[in-house]
Amino acid sequence: MAIVLIPPAMRALTGAERVTLAAANVRALLGALETRYPGFADALGPRFAVSIDGEIRSDADYDPLADGSEVAFLPPLAGG
Amino acid sequence: MSTNGSGNGVDRKYKWVGTRPIRHDGVDKVTGKANFGADLSFPDMLWGKMLRSPHAHALIKRIDASKALAIDGVKVVATGADLPDLASAETEGGEGGGNMRDLAHNVMARDKALYHGHAVAAVAALTPELADQALAAIEVEYEVLKPVLSIEEALAPNAPILHRDLRTKGVKDSGPTNVAARIPFVKGDVAKGFSEAEHVVERTYRTQTVHQGYIEPHAVVARTNPDGQSVVWCCTQGAFVVRAYCAAVLGLELSQLKVIPSEIGGGFGGKTTVYTEPIAVLLSRKSGRPVKMVMSREEVFRATGPAGAAKVEVKLGAKRDGTLVAAQARLWYEAGGFPGSPFGAGSMTVFAPYDVPNISIEGFDVVVNKPKTAAYRAPGAPQSAFATEQALDELARELKLDPIELRLKNAAKEGTQAAYGAKFARIGFVETLEAAKKHPHYRAPLGPNQGRGIASGFWFNVGMQSSAEVHLAEDGTATVITGNPDIGGSRASMAICVAEELGIDVTKVRPVVGDTETAGYCDLTGGSRVTFATGLAAIEASRDIAQQLRERAAKIWGSDVAKVEFVDGRCQPAKGSGLDHAPLSVADIAKQMARTGGPINGRAQVNPRGAGPGFATHLCDVQVDPDTGRVDVLRYTAIQDAGRAVHPSYVEGQMQGGASQGIGWALNEEYVFDQNGVLENAGFLDYRMPVASDLPMIDTVVIEVPNPGHPYGVRGVGETPIVAPLAAVANAIHAATGKRMTELPISPPRLLAALQQ
Repeated sequence: MAIVLIPPAMRALTGAERVTLAAANVRALLGALETRYPGFADALGPRFAVSIDGEIRSDADYDPLADGSEVAFLPPLAGG
Repeated sequence: MSTNGSGNGVDRKYKWVGTRPIRHDGVDKVTGKANFGADLSFPDMLWGKMLRSPHAHALIKRIDASKALAIDGVKVVATGADLPDLASAETEGGEGGGNMRDLAHNVMARDKALYHGHAVAAVAALTPELADQALAAIEVEYEVLKPVLSIEEALAPNAPILHRDLRTKGVKDSGPTNVAARIPFVKGDVAKGFSEAEHVVERTYRTQTVHQGYIEPHAVVARTNPDGQSVVWCCTQGAFVVRAYCAAVLGLELSQLKVIPSEIGGGFGGKTTVYTEPIAVLLSRKSGRPVKMVMSREEVFRATGPAGAAKVEVKLGAKRDGTLVAAQARLWYEAGGFPGSPFGAGSMTVFAPYDVPNISIEGFDVVVNKPKTAAYRAPGAPQSAFATEQALDELARELKLDPIELRLKNAAKEGTQAAYGAKFARIGFVETLEAAKKHPHYRAPLGPNQGRGIASGFWFNVGMQSSAEVHLAEDGTATVITGNPDIGGSRASMAICVAEELGIDVTKVRPVVGDTETAGYCDLTGGSRVTFATGLAAIEASRDIAQQLRERAAKIWGSDVAKVEFVDGRCQPAKGSGLDHAPLSVADIAKQMARTGGPINGRAQVNPRGAGPGFATHLCDVQVDPDTGRVDVLRYTAIQDAGRAVHPSYVEGQMQGGASQGIGWALNEEYVFDQNGVLENAGFLDYRMPVASDLPMIDTVVIEVPNPGHPYGVRGVGETPIVAPLAAVANAIHAATGKRMTELPISPPRLLAALQQ
């Protein structure tokens, strides 16, 4: 089960700061979030980064999630 | 598998990593032979130029280019009407993503000019002089609108609206607005935290619009063949991104474009997007001839992307012993004429270095009639750190605590959860603070009107996509090809990684920056990612070679590959293998490539996790002239965790460069606009960046807390060093004068006014 830290702007959808979901990877997790909280994907938008156990990634759709992985959705990050 | 190199490299003895070989491109650069963006010309080439809006905010009612086209030698004119009308939509991706409609409309205005200098038309002519004549002959009818020139003006009731369809992302039913987005971050209960605080500091801080100040203006040559294939030569931080953006703006397929990056005279984030590049392609496609466009310095200031001004409110609550119990921030970042300021990163970095249980952060992206902002080294973080690091200094003074001890008491460590959600892995912030405390600089005596400031800085660092190929030559030398333009010495880093893995001399490795058809895909040179991510690709490509070398040695010895190991640049029988052969060097096997199976090439492509965050602590001594308000930086020490310094000279160079730019941001640099939104200081004489004679030698201390996410422990280093200097300088000025300077730049008139209060 992955632990998802819900961005404050989306807590109205989830009603919680953290939710726990079963998912093998980030893409599956997003699917599960959308199923449980319709509108989650739209609210997140197409551009975001993901922190998995503290490691920040863009393009993380198929990154595997271990049992207990902590996932946070962040604004897209790049740099100069 | 290669046997040399695993884990995070803590116990590994390196031969080349950590050495300082002369950079492979050094001779070309110091002898003037290196080719930069403006160096390429073709015999039948046209000169392209942009007509730019003289108004900061205006409707474009009509453009008539007939008189320009009638001039002998003027070949083509282009306007927004020549470009496809893209739908407004965020596209997926990290650095390659964004709103392509905004990008396209920034490259060439359509129905509205959004800043003074916004391109409205372009010409291509036989000479630059004819192109200038053509620009003067183009008639544009504008309906001038009131410009919005500050965050306050943008937020005011009845403010002129820049984009009729803009709504605040993250706010329901915002209605027409100049606030493009709002993002909150919350941790714990900030109200409860402040109720438990025994001491609170609270102020509002402001920074101004500043430019990266790269020495080389943007330059491009585009040539289009009759079959519709266009080739683009340009100075950029990322050829693949130029290809993607040009294709999007022009409605072309990626395969119709080849982008060849020139050498680059600085970028610092400012060359991560496109301005004239798509227009040069358009003019070339319309004229059938090569078109060259070189920006003037004035155009660079007026029409490329600076770092936007920001307003940051910070409130900190602490116990009497200095333990932080609550932190609150509201941050507004100017985005320029289109959404896209680094308000998210600014919001995420504002308290990231500190372990605070209760945090509330609210960030806003605000459009104004100024050039569309672009990335500038650690985008968003210098502005937010300017606020937090001064607030901490104020807290330390009021609580009579040493400012380093205060930071140590609250420093983020492994396992600390930042307000934005991520938990830090092994980080080296505490080590930078300890090093600062022990540094002789921290205890050195100060004279009259002198003061010392300290500040710390943080940047995430990123990984992203990279590719590398390593080709082994028949004499055992090697070539490493990547697609990242070399800004800060990355050729040397790539060569060191290959030399380390293959056990060959670093001078025997030739690093090459490829183009979009000769190199595998690489994201931008930016985000402090090249030595980390592209270096990782070079390491893995080298390990691919090492594996092939083992296979060749096994073939030569008639044995199983499992009985061969690759150690220190040689294939040798593995312990207990029963083989009895003299080791074969890389050169020994390379000589026999043809007979043992043909060429040996290694290849790797990565999109790695594990880019370790960077932390720095800076010490700054200043002397203030109480009669003029002039500030001289007397001594400066930058201390930073590099994880592992692959080439320490280039790590130190990044630290010194970032510190220099941050000092300029603190003391002198700002865009000065008149009431109509016209930039009044679009040149280096009036936009004052520090030069060598303005600064002391910047001392550097490289801390190495290996990043567990990289085989050598590498962390990105390019951006972190610009985060701390703004507050370090301001804190030093406060120490010298007792004046808390909350607005940048702390120029002589501003400081003198404060001193006279």
